[in-house]
Amino acid sequence: MSGTMTLFVVVALGAIGWIVARARATRMQAEAGRLATNSLPSQHGWYVALWTALPALVFLAVWANVTPALVLDSVLQAPAAQALPADGFTRSAILGEARAIASGAQAAAFNPQSMTLVEPFRDAARHYGGMGALLAVILAFAGGAYALSRVRPAFTARRRIEKLVMWLLLGASLIAIVTTAGIVGSLLFESMRFFSMVNPLDFLTGLKWSPQSAAMGYGNEDAFGAVPLFWGTIFIGAIIAMVVAIPLGLMSAVYLTQYARPQVRKWMKPTLEVLAGVPTVVYGYFAALTVAPALRSFAAAVGIPGASSESALAAGLVMGVMIIPFVSSMADDSIAAVPQAMRDGSLAMGATTSETIRRVLIPAALPGVVGGVLLAVSRAIGETMIVVMAAGLAANLTLNPFASVTTVTTQMVQLLTGDQEFDSAKTLAAFALGLVLFVVTLLLNIVALRVVKKYREAYE
Amino acid sequence: MADMQHIPNVKMSAQGVNVLYGEKQAIRDVSIEVDLENVTALIGPSGCGKSTFLRTLNRMNDTVSGARVEGRITLDGDDIYGADMDVVQLRARVGMVFQKPNPFPKSIYENVAYGPRIHGLAHGKADLDEIVEKSLRRAGLWDEVKDRLHESGTALSGGQQQRLCIGRAIAVEPEVILMDEPCSALDPIATARIEELILDLRGNYAIVIVTHNMQQAARVSQHTAFFHLGRLVEQGPTTEIFTNPREERTKDYITGRYG
Ligand SMILES: Nc1ncnc2c1ncn2[C@@H]1O[C@H](COP(=O)(O)OP(=O)(O)OP(=O)(O)O)[C@@H](O)[C@H]1O
Ligand SMILES: [Mg+2]
Repeated sequence: MSGTMTLFVVVALGAIGWIVARARATRMQAEAGRLATNSLPSQHGWYVALWTALPALVFLAVWANVTPALVLDSVLQAPAAQALPADGFTRSAILGEARAIASGAQAAAFNPQSMTLVEPFRDAARHYGGMGALLAVILAFAGGAYALSRVRPAFTARRRIEKLVMWLLLGASLIAIVTTAGIVGSLLFESMRFFSMVNPLDFLTGLKWSPQSAAMGYGNEDAFGAVPLFWGTIFIGAIIAMVVAIPLGLMSAVYLTQYARPQVRKWMKPTLEVLAGVPTVVYGYFAALTVAPALRSFAAAVGIPGASSESALAAGLVMGVMIIPFVSSMADDSIAAVPQAMRDGSLAMGATTSETIRRVLIPAALPGVVGGVLLAVSRAIGETMIVVMAAGLAANLTLNPFASVTTVTTQMVQLLTGDQEFDSAKTLAAFALGLVLFVVTLLLNIVALRVVKKYREAYE
Repeated sequence: MADMQHIPNVKMSAQGVNVLYGEKQAIRDVSIEVDLENVTALIGPSGCGKSTFLRTLNRMNDTVSGARVEGRITLDGDDIYGADMDVVQLRARVGMVFQKPNPFPKSIYENVAYGPRIHGLAHGKADLDEIVEKSLRRAGLWDEVKDRLHESGTALSGGQQQRLCIGRAIAVEPEVILMDEPCSALDPIATARIEELILDLRGNYAIVIVTHNMQQAARVSQHTAFFHLGRLVEQGPTTEIFTNPREERTKDYITGRYG
């Protein structure tokens, strides 16, 4: 029996369990009377169906993960396997080929020796597959029978299903958390390896970034000073982009909440929010192909030295535009959350609309706005596509916005693309950079959420 | 332009006022006069248009989209809906205290200083301090907050907040004070303080108060107007309205028989 077939059978058994249990519960209910039964017939049905299918499915999932090892084990016991070469590489190549042919993924062998192992692989796979299917079906029957035996009028299937659903939901939400933990774990692990080769202090405070020279064997000292990358990231994401995004976002939020007539707001707000849906790579194109050349010719025309075709300004400006809807929608929310009574109170004292905005609404909405800005910064410094395309690769430590700078994300892409071995300091540096980025954005998010939450409480 | 004809102590006068929210008429042909000597109480069942009418007196209905006001309302004889009336100036002269206390999320001091600052009433810090103190004293709040002027106004109790809002309104030296159910969120003690305050302010300010509390209307007002379904059913001296109403509907309402 193939895996898919087993799956199908288990699910079918569950369905049968459902029907049987429901019929049985219906009959019991007819005998006992509606009030004497705790749960609806279909709930008994679900209870039995889940008991039938779930344990068997879990077993199949586990089984699918352990069989390859069991199969390999038994193949190596086969007489044909004794002739395998001792050399690790050829040995695993032959085994892999034999396995692929046995499962039908590959038609012919490059290495004739593989053919001798195909039969043992097929046998073992058939053996363990059959065993798994049998066990799964037995488990399904056992579970179903157990559950069916519990179908009584007084049995609380309703509550038990509720509980099970709760566990299922919990499991679903845990997946995201566990994945995050896994990512952090691997980041930490790889970073540790990096920091065993490069002093963390040199990494965090060094002013010179040239991982290529380290890769070419000039040693790790002085090659991994990440300060120019941090500076580039801050320069573009937290300074230039925010200089664009904060005033524009705030002003558009004020306009939308306070001045715009409902008809105007109705089309303008969604239009602004569409900006947030544009893929960042499109912004990247725009920055690299339109904004950057324009800025360069401008800089050349007015005689600013050091102008490059990839500039911090180009990336920062475009990123700022990208972030506008972020800032404006957070600001919009916080301004709208300031109670109408505040606004009325101010207007009733003879304040004009703009005085009311400046002196009451914005101060009252400020924490929310600050939270929004922090979230926007955290997004901007993690943004990759725009800076990869428009900011450049030169790790310059410069204040000139027309010069090329590089960012943490750009360098991570650089370090990890192309053929790399995963144990050189050069590749591992990407993980250390990722860790720094992760920690910084995490802190920003935590602070931002706190600020926003505190602010929400102020009006409750 | 002051109307030479008007009686000197009539502060505001409304003639034939209609208010429409879109198609819906909330106020129908209301005429009333407000003067300095008498506190005017507006009473009537919920939804009869008391707040709506009150808000026409300082043009707060302008902030409601779709609201339209017809008729003539004057302040010292000048049409407040006239072309040469500055609405910002009008609201400085006709202050308002809302049903729910709405201090700004600023310090107590800043709450009171807000109006004087905007209208440039204070010359220097000392002057502003004085205005703040005077306003808070008149609002009967000074003694309770004088040591914590720089704490947030929103941290005060409901009754204190309402007195702060009254102080804030007084600080701009308005000529008329409109109060929309100022005590509806307050306990009896805080209510008593505010009633005291209203009696205090009477004579210096023209006061219009909306209330659902008949005893309160009887205690603080000298002139009462009864609204029903957007119309002004009956008005007159408070004692008369309460002891000898001409209209059956008024009688039913003040005796609590209103269904
Ligand atoms: N912004 C608005 N838009 C449309 N209709 C409104 C608006 N405000 C009030 N109304 C309507 O106008 C009528 C009068 O309302 P108003 O608030 O003046 O009543 P009120 O006498 O103050 O009632 P209450 O004692 O409950 O405060 C009501 O029917 C109300 O539904
Ligand atoms: Mg009202």
